[in-house]
Amino acid sequence: MSAESNSVDLTSSSSQYSVENPAPFIEAARARTKRTPRGGRTNFEMQAWVFMRLSGILLVVLVLGHLLIQLVLDGGVSKIGFAFVAGRWASPFWQVWDLLMLWLAMLHGANGLRTVINDYAERDNTRFWLKMVLYAATVFTVLLGTLVIFTFDPNIQ
Amino acid sequence: MPAGTLYRGREGMWSWVAHRVTGVLIFFFLFVHVLDTALVRVSPEAYDDVVATYKNPVVNLLEYGLVAAILFHALNGLRVVAVDFWDKGAKYQRQMLWTVMAVWVVLMAGSFYPILEHTLRTLFGS
Repeated sequence: MSAESNSVDLTSSSSQYSVENPAPFIEAARARTKRTPRGGRTNFEMQAWVFMRLSGILLVVLVLGHLLIQLVLDGGVSKIGFAFVAGRWASPFWQVWDLLMLWLAMLHGANGLRTVINDYAERDNTRFWLKMVLYAATVFTVLLGTLVIFTFDPNIQ
Repeated sequence: MPAGTLYRGREGMWSWVAHRVTGVLIFFFLFVHVLDTALVRVSPEAYDDVVATYKNPVVNLLEYGLVAAILFHALNGLRVVAVDFWDKGAKYQRQMLWTVMAVWVVLMAGSFYPILEHTLRTLFGS
């Protein structure tokens, strides 16, 4: 076998292979084999990846709309107060807007932080506990925010 | 340094770093923001007290910084979606980043006065 047909040319590889001289089969880096752990056989990471993109697109509208109303229009931060909140949450539209924004932003942010923790916390114990703190804070915040939106009382006291 | 698909140290890497940093900052703010909003369930006075913090000139400036972080994260996030789902996305990732930065500069300039109006009026009168 000549040296030429043995070498792998990464820039124009297709020309030197034929039916008689097929390209070597390289298994996909993440192909699942019998040795792949059972726990790793779900699509969770792929679903999380899709969720980040879909929720991100929705959040662009929800969050930028929120910032426009709260910080830019009508005197900016000056007008914000209990009465302003009561006026907005009198409408189911803004209740749904804020509820959707709360859930999507918290889950989007929690998954982002999960990725950051996985990337930088190298010790197994550190990584585990950082994520437990993250999940606890996320569940608490989402439930608290949901409760506040659903039980808001404009005539409190 | 090859300037092809490898972008280590170039626009691709730095936008990735900025996306992470802004994302973490926004998440921590969001956590605090849900807590302060929850005070509407305590009393109107408790809520108005904490909102007074948001009207402090230094905090008002921090709000402008928060908007800067959110705008970058939102626009660059749309660029990431385009890189992933548009068949020419990877090819034009640099051009898209400079588009993101141009739109960011325009929106930041346009929102400077509306967002800081409260502070400007407080400090310099109307």
